[in-house]
Amino acid sequence: MKYLTQFLRITGFTLVGELLQRLIPLPIPASVYGLVLLFAALCLGVIKLEQVKDAAGFLISILPILFVSPAVGILENWGMIRSAVIPMFLLALLSTITTFAIAGRITQSLRKKEEDHDQAA
Amino acid sequence: MIKLLESISIFPVLLTLAAFRVGQLCQQKWKKPIFNPTLIGMILVIAFLLATGMNADGYSAEMGKMSWLMTPASICVAIPMYELFQILQKSLKAILAGVCAGALSCMLVIAAVGLLLEFEQSILISLLPKSVTTAIGVSLSELFGGMGGVTTAVIIVTGIAGNMMGPMLCKLFGITDEVAQGVAFGTAAHVIGTAKANELSQLTGAASSLSLVVAGLLTAVFMPMIAGFL
Repeated sequence: MKYLTQFLRITGFTLVGELLQRLIPLPIPASVYGLVLLFAALCLGVIKLEQVKDAAGFLISILPILFVSPAVGILENWGMIRSAVIPMFLLALLSTITTFAIAGRITQSLRKKEEDHDQAA
Repeated sequence: MIKLLESISIFPVLLTLAAFRVGQLCQQKWKKPIFNPTLIGMILVIAFLLATGMNADGYSAEMGKMSWLMTPASICVAIPMYELFQILQKSLKAILAGVCAGALSCMLVIAAVGLLLEFEQSILISLLPKSVTTAIGVSLSELFGGMGGVTTAVIIVTGIAGNMMGPMLCKLFGITDEVAQGVAFGTAAHVIGTAKANELSQLTGAASSLSLVVAGLLTAVFMPMIAGFL
C-alpha cells in the first residue's frame, strides 16, 4: 500500500508536467517541469521525503533498463548516421574533455575564492 | 518459431530484461564502466534482432508501450537533488556556476565543431544533449528533431569516457578540490561519471550527483537558444 500511494503522488506530478508541456508554448520536456515541481514541493514542505522516497527509489533504479529499447532505436537511424559515426564519437569525446575541464576549474577557483574570503573575515 | 514469438507481446520485454541482466552480470564480474548494462543490453538486443530476423519495428512498438514509465521515473531524480541540496548548501554557488559554464560550453563546442564538419542537422541536435542524464537528454533530442536512439548511445559512450578518463583529466587540468572534481564528473559524464566520483570520495559523489541533475535542467534551458542557431 505504501508503494501505491507514493506512486500515485509521483503520477500526479507527471500529469501536471505533461499538462504544462502542452499548455506552455516552450520546448521543455514534461519530465523537466515535473522534476522542478517535485523539487519545489519538497523544498516548500508541501510533500515530505517519506511520502515519495520508496517508490521513487524503485523508479530511479529501473531507469537504465527503460533506456535499452530507445538505444535499440539507433538501428533505425543507422543509414543516416553511418558515414558520420567516427567524427560523431570523436566530437563527443572532445566535448566531454572540455566540459570536464571547464566545470571543474570554475568550481575550484570559486571555492578557493570563498575560502580565502572566509579566512580574511 | 520467430513468427510465433513475434506474436507474443511479453517477448520483447523478456528479451530486454534478459539482455540487461547479462550486462549487469558482466559489470559485476569485471567492474569496468565499459560493461555498461544499458549498452550491453542494446548490443545484445540488436544482435538478437539481426540474427533471427525478428521485426525491429515490432520490438520497438511493443517496448514503446512501456515508455510512459520514463517520465515519472525521470521526475523522481528531484528526490536525490533535494537531499543533496541540503548536504552541499555551503558550496551551492560555486557548484551552480561550474555546472552552468560546463553545460553551456559543452553545447557550444558541439555546435561549433559540428557546423565546421558540416554534420546533418538531425545529427547535431542528437549530439547537443550528450553530456546530460538520458532521462532528460533523450526527450530534449526528440523535442528538437533529433534521433532518440543516437542520443542514447552517445550519452552512454560519453558517460563511459568521462568515467574512464576522469581521474587522468583531474590531474591534467589540476582539479584537486573534491567538490570541483564532483562537478566535473557530474556535468561532463552524468550518472556513469558519478559512479567513478563515488569511488573517489563521498563528497565528490554527492557533488557529482547534484551536478548531473542541474546540468540536465540547464541544458533544457540553453537548448532552444543553441538549437535556434543551427
